Amino acid sequence: MDQIILQILNGLDKGSAYALIALGLTLIFGTLGVVNFAHGALFMLGAFCTVTLSRILTLSHEVIDESRKDFLGNPLKVDVPYIYDWFGESTGAAIIDWAVPLSILFAIPVMIGIGVLMERGLVKHFYNRPHADQILVTFGLAIVLQEIIKYYFGANQIPAPAPEAFVGSFDFGAAVGFDAGAIIYPYWRIVYFCFAMVLIGAVFAFLQFTTFGMVVRAGMADRETVGLLGINIDRRFTIMFGIAAAVAGLAGVMYTPINSPNYHMGMDFLVISFVVVVVGGMGSLPGAVLAGFVLGILESFASMRQVIELLPGINQVVIYLAAIVILLTRPRGLLGRKGVMED
Amino acid sequence: MGILDVKDVGKRFGGLQALGDVNLSVAENSVHAIIGPNGAGKSTLLNCLVGKLIPDTGSVMFDGQSVLGRSPHEINQMGISRVFQTPEIFGELSVLENMMIPIFAKRDGAFRMHATANMMKERDIVENAEKVLVDMNMADKRGMNAASMSRGDKRRLEIGMCLAQEPRLLLLDEPTAGMARADTNNTIDLLKQIKDERDITIAIIEHDMHVVFSLAERITVLAQGTPLVEDTPDNIKGHPKVREAYLGEAA
Amino acid sequence: MFGLDKKDTSLLLIVAALVALAPIILNPFPEGSALAQFNAGYPDLMQRFVIFGIFAIGFNILFGLTGYLSFGHAAFLGAGSYAGMWMMKLLTINVIPAIIFSTIIAGVISLAIGWISLRRSGIYFSILTLAFAQMAFALAASVLTPITGGETGLQTNLNDPRVLPSFLGGGASADGNIPKPSLFGIEMSASFELPVGSWVWTFNWGYYICAVMMLLAFYLAIRVFRSPFGLMLKAVKSNQQRMNYTGLNTRPYMLACFVISGMYAGLAGGLMAAMDPQVGAERMQWTASGEVVLMTILGGVGTLIGPVLGAGLIKYFENIFSKINDNLLHQWFSFLPDGLENFMVTIIHPFIGKGWHLTLGLMFMGIVIFLPGGLVEGGQRIKAMFKGKKAEKATKTTPAE
Repeated sequence: MDQIILQILNGLDKGSAYALIALGLTLIFGTLGVVNFAHGALFMLGAFCTVTLSRILTLSHEVIDESRKDFLGNPLKVDVPYIYDWFGESTGAAIIDWAVPLSILFAIPVMIGIGVLMERGLVKHFYNRPHADQILVTFGLAIVLQEIIKYYFGANQIPAPAPEAFVGSFDFGAAVGFDAGAIIYPYWRIVYFCFAMVLIGAVFAFLQFTTFGMVVRAGMADRETVGLLGINIDRRFTIMFGIAAAVAGLAGVMYTPINSPNYHMGMDFLVISFVVVVVGGMGSLPGAVLAGFVLGILESFASMRQVIELLPGINQVVIYLAAIVILLTRPRGLLGRKGVMED
Repeated sequence: MGILDVKDVGKRFGGLQALGDVNLSVAENSVHAIIGPNGAGKSTLLNCLVGKLIPDTGSVMFDGQSVLGRSPHEINQMGISRVFQTPEIFGELSVLENMMIPIFAKRDGAFRMHATANMMKERDIVENAEKVLVDMNMADKRGMNAASMSRGDKRRLEIGMCLAQEPRLLLLDEPTAGMARADTNNTIDLLKQIKDERDITIAIIEHDMHVVFSLAERITVLAQGTPLVEDTPDNIKGHPKVREAYLGEAA
Repeated sequence: MFGLDKKDTSLLLIVAALVALAPIILNPFPEGSALAQFNAGYPDLMQRFVIFGIFAIGFNILFGLTGYLSFGHAAFLGAGSYAGMWMMKLLTINVIPAIIFSTIIAGVISLAIGWISLRRSGIYFSILTLAFAQMAFALAASVLTPITGGETGLQTNLNDPRVLPSFLGGGASADGNIPKPSLFGIEMSASFELPVGSWVWTFNWGYYICAVMMLLAFYLAIRVFRSPFGLMLKAVKSNQQRMNYTGLNTRPYMLACFVISGMYAGLAGGLMAAMDPQVGAERMQWTASGEVVLMTILGGVGTLIGPVLGAGLIKYFENIFSKINDNLLHQWFSFLPDGLENFMVTIIHPFIGKGWHLTLGLMFMGIVIFLPGGLVEGGQRIKAMFKGKKAEKATKTTPAE
């Protein structure tokens, strides 16, 4: 029993990431009809927003500390971040410590900007081209973005720790009455899951309760009709692309403490996210979220030692297997609508 | 007993009874039109005949054999060719290639690997295709890209592609929908010519009364998924029930 | 000739001539000159040209004829390589069984994958093939280690059994070294160097064996493109709906096409193993599938010569661009004033050396955006420009393939 709960919890954080990326993918696919292979790169760019911000925050100047000496007896030179000068040492240190959550504020405008730029500059011209062309051009874009990041940040992983307050683990088992230590769960993963739920909830609420969202939902159902009503659907779709980019970016921002960002993390997540979208049902937002969590949890169950002993390698392939089975038995995916990409 | 016999065919989509107890018999070598207001179930019926849909009840017999449960390509091989509402041709290919494809399909059946033969060296196929093109009055367009032709020519090509297979039953789904008057008249002339020159049965689903009354020998009026009347064109004209069905739609 | 019409025959002969003379043509710059680094006429690179040519030709049979975009062809390439390696480990160091077996294995695997994937079309098909390829990659790197060598990969060893008699290439080599892949005693790495003036031309056995295979593959592809089978596939691409109602069962056609395409990939994989007897799982990764897509697009989808051109160009640029470094750039721009020289080097720096992939990605986007027909279309446009408007019309109605 404790094992099962542990695996479900373990699946939640990865599932959250899958769900968030797949949500953006589905939004873009459902509204614009574009298959965006660069969406993983947006996740990656989000993660690098964190890296950038923490580098900005730690920009330093050299100060000679007369009270301390180095081993030659000269006054010690220390790097002092500018931020210490502005806010005082303790506040400055706290800001640097909280760089990851602070990056959210930084990433939102950046990611929306990137998303809008991408839609206006490139994707817009591919609305009426075949899906194969859309896949190819966004695939090319993904390579370019990835290589630019690699050029500036290098090929190695860059650690981005969580704030001090969230380091460590929560003994979930003890809290609900199992043996102490049976279910240990890092605090940051709890934060990530909650953050994902809030973000998903915000997107759904936005689509459900605002006029803007209503038009977008109508557009997802039938683009031409909405166009005929005289609503400028194109501009709304541009904004939608920006939002989808921001969702993917925020997923990346908050994922950095779980998995130190590197330039190819986008591609790694993209392949699985596509599988998630297809399993959930092309064009179905709840489907994408559901499938994200289901596959994340499935993956963590498949990584249990007992399961691997029984079926070696299953943890590597379980998501793909699930996708194949679902596509063949339920071609529309878990919650797919009729008529969307049915060919 | 006609060449196509539809018995008690019914089809539901969820709560909607699209077809209910349709009985219909198309006599061999006749032109039979199926008309009816929008939503009368014409397209559903047609889809049941060609294997796209399977009716919930009843039977569809073609030349004494059931077509139910067979896939579209198998039904085509039984001798039923279908013309679509918007011309379905191979836009990227040349007109001659368009014409060769159905002939290859007829000769080779559902599947045969001819991966190393040269298609242009299959003399009999090429000649046959050229001959149909001449019949269709399109010989001069043989090298053209099919997509670049006018809508009327596309329709002509599509009908030619069906005829190239020498089907016993030609099903036409609103063949003149969205066409200019001149193209419509050309299509009517073409169909008349086909009817006169060939041993072929034509079943036509049509909205345009002008087309129906110029061609049909027998007409079935469909309304709300069931046949209202079946009679000759003269008797259908001014039939009170037909009027009611159409006027009811208009009101 | 060869059952082809005049135009195709001349295309085949031109390609054959170019391939045969490649060691000369690709070495236009004299040895030791500043431009010698742009030479491509050395065995290793030329082998890659033709092997990836085969891979791309096969991919184009599927994508070009049917429009089904597979993102999993690297799996067949990798499977072919592993199969070839095992033949060279178990049976004989002779490359013939390796090549045959790699093609067969890839065919069997593509039959299984195609049978499932082809139930869906469009983007679903792409994602299914991608899923299968990623699965194959993950398994090859982990559980299948006994077969694939896992992360270290598979290579020939001194103590491999090689059960065939030694005159057929079995057993260990006489000199106590690991035997090198060979064809009846002729080693694949064996070359014959011919210095002419200040040029050195290298004629390599392995290259010519690959070249012969590529010409065969190319010839077969022309036959397929011109066959009734090919016509049916083009028809499926153009209008699957019409095809269903024309009495054709599209599934077996598509499956046959998928398997042929997979076997081409397997052949390429087998040749790769035969030229350089070591395989790692990364050969199956989906970026490798993306690369073959790119080659085909770059050259021209659905054209005969396009994929070969695309494969050659990408492999050439990969090689050249990754070799260029800052020193070289400084040499080139040394004629400029100092400030400008440094500026130019800084600008170009991200695109060369390790930045080659950036150039690749930009090329990819550029081609899809501006030249969806690839180099072949580009060539036609240029030709049309010279011939005036009349010629342009002609190329539009009869796209050369």
